[in-house]
Amino acid sequence: MKNKYSIFSLIKNAFSYHENWQRAWRDPEPKKEYDAIIIGGGGHGLATAFYLAKKHNMKNIAVVEKGWIGGGNTGRNTTIIRSNYLWDASAGLYDHALKIWEGLSQELNYNVMFSQRGVMNLAHNLQDIRDLKRRTHANRLNGIDAVWLNTEEVKKFCPIINTSPNIRYPVLGGTLQRRAGTARHDAVAWGYARGADAMGVDIIQNCEVKGIKRNGDSVEGIETTKGFIKTKKIGVVAAGHSSVIAKMVDVKLPLESKPLQALVSEPVKPIIDTVVMSNAVHAYVSQSDKGELVIGAGTDAYISYTQRGSHDVVEGTLKAILELYPIFSRMKMLRQWGGIVDICPDASPIISKTHIKGLYFNCGWGTGGFKATPGSGDLFAHTIANDEPHKLNADFNINRFVSGDLVDEHGAAAVAH
Amino acid sequence: MFLINCPYCGERDQSEFSAGGEAHIVRPKQPTELSDDQWAEFLFMRKNIKGVQFERWNHIHGCRKWFNMVRDTSNDKIHTVYKMGEKPPIK
Amino acid sequence: MSEKLRITNNKFIDQTSRISFKFDGKKLYGFKGDTLASALLANNIHLVGRSFKYHRPRGIMTCGSEEPNAIVQVGNDPSMTEPNTRATEIELYEGLEASSQNCWPSVNFDIGAVNNFFSPILPAAFYYKTFMWPGNFWKVYEYFIRKSAGLGKSPTKPDGDIYDHKYLHCDVLVIGGGISGIMAAKTAAKNNLDTVLIEDKNTLGGTTLFQQNECFKINNSYSNEWLMKEIQSLSSLKNLKIKTRTSLAAYHSYNYLLARENLTDHLDIDQKKGKIRQRLWKIRAKKVIIATGAMERPLIFNNNDRPGIILSSSIKKYIDFYGVKCGQKISLFTNNDSAYETAISLSKSGVNVNSVVDIRDKTNSLIVKQAEKLGIKIHWKSTVVNTNGYKKINSIEIIKLSDDGTSVIGKKINEKCDCLGISGGWTPRVHLFTQSGGKLKFRDKDNIFIPDKSDLDQLSIGSCNGDFELDDVINNSVNSTNKFLNVNNNDYENLKIISSKEINKKNIWLLPSDKPLGKTKPFLDFQNDSTAKDIKLALREGFKSIEHVKRYTTTGMATDQGKLSNMHALGIIAETAGVKMGELGTTTFRPPYTPLTFGAIVGRNVGEFFDIKRRTPIHEWHVENKAKFENVGQWKRAWYYPKGNENMHEAVQRESKAARDSVGILDASTLGKIDIQGTDASEFLNRVYTNAWSKLEIGKCRYGLMLNEDGMVYDDGVTTRLGENHYIMTTTTGGAANVLSKLEDYLQTEWPELDVYLTSVTDHYATVSVCGPNSKKIVSKVIPNLDLSDDKFKHMSFKNALINNIKCRVMRISFTGELSYEINVQSSYGKSVWEKCFEAGKEFGITPYGTETMHLLRAEKGFIITGQDTDGTMTPVDLQMDWIISKKKYDFIGKRSLYRSDTIREDRKQLVGLLTDDPKEVLEEGAQIVADINKKPVEMLGHVTSSYFSPNLNKSIALAVVKNGKKLKGKKMLVPMKNKNINVTITDTIFLDKENRRLNA
Repeated sequence: MKNKYSIFSLIKNAFSYHENWQRAWRDPEPKKEYDAIIIGGGGHGLATAFYLAKKHNMKNIAVVEKGWIGGGNTGRNTTIIRSNYLWDASAGLYDHALKIWEGLSQELNYNVMFSQRGVMNLAHNLQDIRDLKRRTHANRLNGIDAVWLNTEEVKKFCPIINTSPNIRYPVLGGTLQRRAGTARHDAVAWGYARGADAMGVDIIQNCEVKGIKRNGDSVEGIETTKGFIKTKKIGVVAAGHSSVIAKMVDVKLPLESKPLQALVSEPVKPIIDTVVMSNAVHAYVSQSDKGELVIGAGTDAYISYTQRGSHDVVEGTLKAILELYPIFSRMKMLRQWGGIVDICPDASPIISKTHIKGLYFNCGWGTGGFKATPGSGDLFAHTIANDEPHKLNADFNINRFVSGDLVDEHGAAAVAH
Repeated sequence: MFLINCPYCGERDQSEFSAGGEAHIVRPKQPTELSDDQWAEFLFMRKNIKGVQFERWNHIHGCRKWFNMVRDTSNDKIHTVYKMGEKPPIK
Repeated sequence: MSEKLRITNNKFIDQTSRISFKFDGKKLYGFKGDTLASALLANNIHLVGRSFKYHRPRGIMTCGSEEPNAIVQVGNDPSMTEPNTRATEIELYEGLEASSQNCWPSVNFDIGAVNNFFSPILPAAFYYKTFMWPGNFWKVYEYFIRKSAGLGKSPTKPDGDIYDHKYLHCDVLVIGGGISGIMAAKTAAKNNLDTVLIEDKNTLGGTTLFQQNECFKINNSYSNEWLMKEIQSLSSLKNLKIKTRTSLAAYHSYNYLLARENLTDHLDIDQKKGKIRQRLWKIRAKKVIIATGAMERPLIFNNNDRPGIILSSSIKKYIDFYGVKCGQKISLFTNNDSAYETAISLSKSGVNVNSVVDIRDKTNSLIVKQAEKLGIKIHWKSTVVNTNGYKKINSIEIIKLSDDGTSVIGKKINEKCDCLGISGGWTPRVHLFTQSGGKLKFRDKDNIFIPDKSDLDQLSIGSCNGDFELDDVINNSVNSTNKFLNVNNNDYENLKIISSKEINKKNIWLLPSDKPLGKTKPFLDFQNDSTAKDIKLALREGFKSIEHVKRYTTTGMATDQGKLSNMHALGIIAETAGVKMGELGTTTFRPPYTPLTFGAIVGRNVGEFFDIKRRTPIHEWHVENKAKFENVGQWKRAWYYPKGNENMHEAVQRESKAARDSVGILDASTLGKIDIQGTDASEFLNRVYTNAWSKLEIGKCRYGLMLNEDGMVYDDGVTTRLGENHYIMTTTTGGAANVLSKLEDYLQTEWPELDVYLTSVTDHYATVSVCGPNSKKIVSKVIPNLDLSDDKFKHMSFKNALINNIKCRVMRISFTGELSYEINVQSSYGKSVWEKCFEAGKEFGITPYGTETMHLLRAEKGFIITGQDTDGTMTPVDLQMDWIISKKKYDFIGKRSLYRSDTIREDRKQLVGLLTDDPKEVLEEGAQIVADINKKPVEMLGHVTSSYFSPNLNKSIALAVVKNGKKLKGKKMLVPMKNKNINVTITDTIFLDKENRRLNA
């Protein structure tokens, strides 16, 4: 076991000028064979490895990552965590994740700074009200703590929102999930990596997968830039690059990979202490512990793997931000960036077996995957270990695109941010 | 922001266009003859290529014509554009 | 003002116009041309802020946009205050008020400085390792962490300033108005290229503007004098547009660039009002020349962060440009020749230069020899190992370096000073180049990244391209500019240039110390307080990638985005890990280059310009008649018309009753209208709607349902056959644009063989809907020539008619179940027709009604509203509209999807009616429906989609979707609310007039 992190370990290490801290994870060369390999060292992939080792006693496993762990969407998202989804399947999935979040820092002995500052979703037209109320009713019956707020209550909970009835799309109310909030994205990847490594999981960075070797309908291993690695089970958690991996085994997925942008302002003293989301005008904002306003922009409509998007999207988002928060006009954008999000037609993920034995996909999280990280990892680990889905991810199979039994969070207006 | 050469209007800013996804997915002429799997292939399954992709764009705030584009999705470089119905100029 | 610190013979600062300003409440004076930083230095104020983490005292360190420390809050007005503004970039103006940030109660006495005391237990990323106990206490810790983090304060009132956008197209955009930018711009313009030169400062010239030194001459003139003449000559160039105070913010692909022009920030406080504060230029350039120069690097050694430690080249600018002495006894510490220029300038201006500490072996370049000639003392092969002075530096400690440069040897020398200039060499400003997608290469000899490959039509010249010496800057720029622009008319070939050449180069990223590293504080990222120790800790803990190290230590993530720290972080990583820097790669430089106000990005698209308002031609009438409006997409639709003190419910009840008892009038102009013509128009409709169209007679109307290819209901509306090959289609208000786009898509890409033309005519027609038993009487009064008899003008048919010789189309169609007529007339006559109808209806008590009443009336009849009763998961079969699916048609959009294994299930959610057991109880739209509330987990069978109190039925009615609903008619269900369960019964969807008698009433 690695040395435990705590205030006492910090004090103890101060005496040796912090020169005796252990590595958070090793830097191993790949073995010849593993019982399972996870492709993709983001939050979901590392969590999958962690739970495979912890709950399914699979310790001879590896996570292979093309770049550096947590460098994809894990390190690029706006860290909103909530579970107030409409459909039972989604609510089950995301609330499972939320429950793990609530004890994650302790489980990992790594402070992921899960901050339950509440997430508010605003309504700007009559259909928004219907949709959000519908969601709130469904949430309540599913045991999820979302409530409806009228405009005055919205204002009370977040006083800096412009709730004037005279703006173009006035705030007509909103929902609030108090258990929802944000977390420190990098810490999630690092915490899972450290935890998985401690149980013997090999985390292999700078190792790009070049091919998947098949024997008939089963997988046999992966070709990588560090050579061939044998395995009978492959879990693909490659987010925006899922289709690229799928192509290696001639599988097509119902995915499109698109640019999603986000930005932060310069840091300021606390000014907004909750997360506010508005689908109708497209404005998402929270404030990081460092003091930066964290703002999520939208996706571009075209496929791109460049991690860049168009300026119009950023402009459109800030336009909406200033509509709802005119006090932010003199705030300054410090940094903007883009990620590649893999989007399913129904805005719900795929956590599924495939027709190839030993090949599993966890993808399609679109713009909202971060919040699901622990739950996704847990359920995907279950699916890989048992070669069958957990009941909480059974509905998120690939076959739903054939049968038509979609989990349409998109149509339900609950855009998956 | 791309600079897109509409085959009908010439070079225009990206903001005048909307993207329409993968090109050359022909709508089956006899959908009823297809299995659910085959129909799903048409409806949802996409190549989602990283690299040179053939895709559809619409000059929606201009001439409103649909056309095809060859673009490298790994660097957003536009190789060429061509009209609907024309054969892809490069392989 | 401390006169001792200001020299008088200076051509850039107007010492005749004194400006008063306030810093931390204290009134001070500067001159026109000063920045806040230069004015503070002239007032002998170095301490201007506190650092982010340890709250260490920090002073002005640079003279430009890379400033990490001198970050201030400008202004006190809650709507105009601006946080995190760099004192080095604020042009002094009358009335400026600035204050220190991140300190309490004051910058001189800051409680937060206790963190410095605790710093031994606060290494990089300590927060990941603690605050985890007790389990739910993070909230409490976080509250205090948040309070102590953050820098300045956000405004708390809306911005009073105006921002603007402008587009700019040019042949050549030159970024940076230093010597190389000026030369390139002049060359481009002289060769008839439409050229724009932008410069973020208020004057052109860069550092050459004040480079008056024997060692740097062009055609026998001082470089600055030569350049002045060049700048003067620019004004005669017609093709050249110069924009100063304009900072290039972002360089996107396809040579699309954003630049922010500051228009009022430098004006006196009473001059700013009512003017555009900032303008964002959206530039599309055929060619881009980047001439953004280089930044001086600091040196990394123990306590290198004290106020009074300033970059050497900045000290030079303060003395040569602003005429301000940064101190009276200045020491310099360097690893390259450029500090000698500073030493010479200082010495010539009468400042006492203690010494130059140079880590290199003795060198004999022109400039060094000049310094020696002036009697400046040089400590060769030495390093500064420590500085002293808490709020201001007062001495440095110097020791000799070992031969290999990894340790120090010999005796420590203490040197008293009031300012230390540091120079760690130069970093080309390659930020914009990399933003644009360009790839860098590493140059070993001076440890810099320079531009390598780019796909765009762009060129980097001057020191941002790695040319640091005057002759290289000029000669290389001339050659590459000629080639890049494909021109040969260049004024700058064959200039006679004298330039001191650096002979000896040496670089040590982390200078050795006489103390163990653990006991020192060598800062890298000054604002975020990350040190070389932190970088090493990260590496020790296994964070190998530069991105990991950056994130773990927060190096380079402050408001300067690592302009000063990134290279050292890379260097220390490379040294520690034993890899070559070139192989390590850099972190990504992300836009914007310097922080950009949200206001500038948004421009004028705020407030009333946030989004357009679409108003119907009858809008004014609704306003005059006190309508309340509802936003439907971009449309403003009349929602209801309260009379007196009526609330919405009362108004809607009255309107609904009136429409059924006598007559109501509705503005239906917002419905989408698409004119469809062509010989294949009927076939086209066959393919896009679920039902058959070929046999629809001319003059008849038909309701159609449009699906997505996935089989789900997408839109609906009535389409009328106006002629053999001519239809007019109506769509929902919100769906109009998308339906048109979708139809055009199919027509152009799937069915180009069809002869069909589509035209949106939504805005061309106004639609007045007259509805109710008395509607016929009104229409006959308004259009007396029209035969309205039931056999001549049947339900679902249309007639052309004239009102006062104005052509109009009258459709007898109904969305309410009442006899009703829709009069479509050219928009400009809409209001007049409406008023005519209203006038004609007065004797029948005609009642205007809005969307809410329309929704209620249609719900009584069980008519759906797509988007309200459907949500993208409903098929026509789910809606119990099987009748609208043509069995004969071979195909239509979405048909195949209706037969997939899930869509064909019989127990899908289906549209039903709901009646509450208590007829007074109105259900909440969105409420869920369950059969058994006690079963856990609760199974939700569906939800209420539409719900109203019907005044015509005198009871509550609702539409809902319920799993297997078709078969559950008559069954009891529960609608569970927060505090009660409402008993309901599933019914048919039609509540009123099942036999459709009222249509012909």
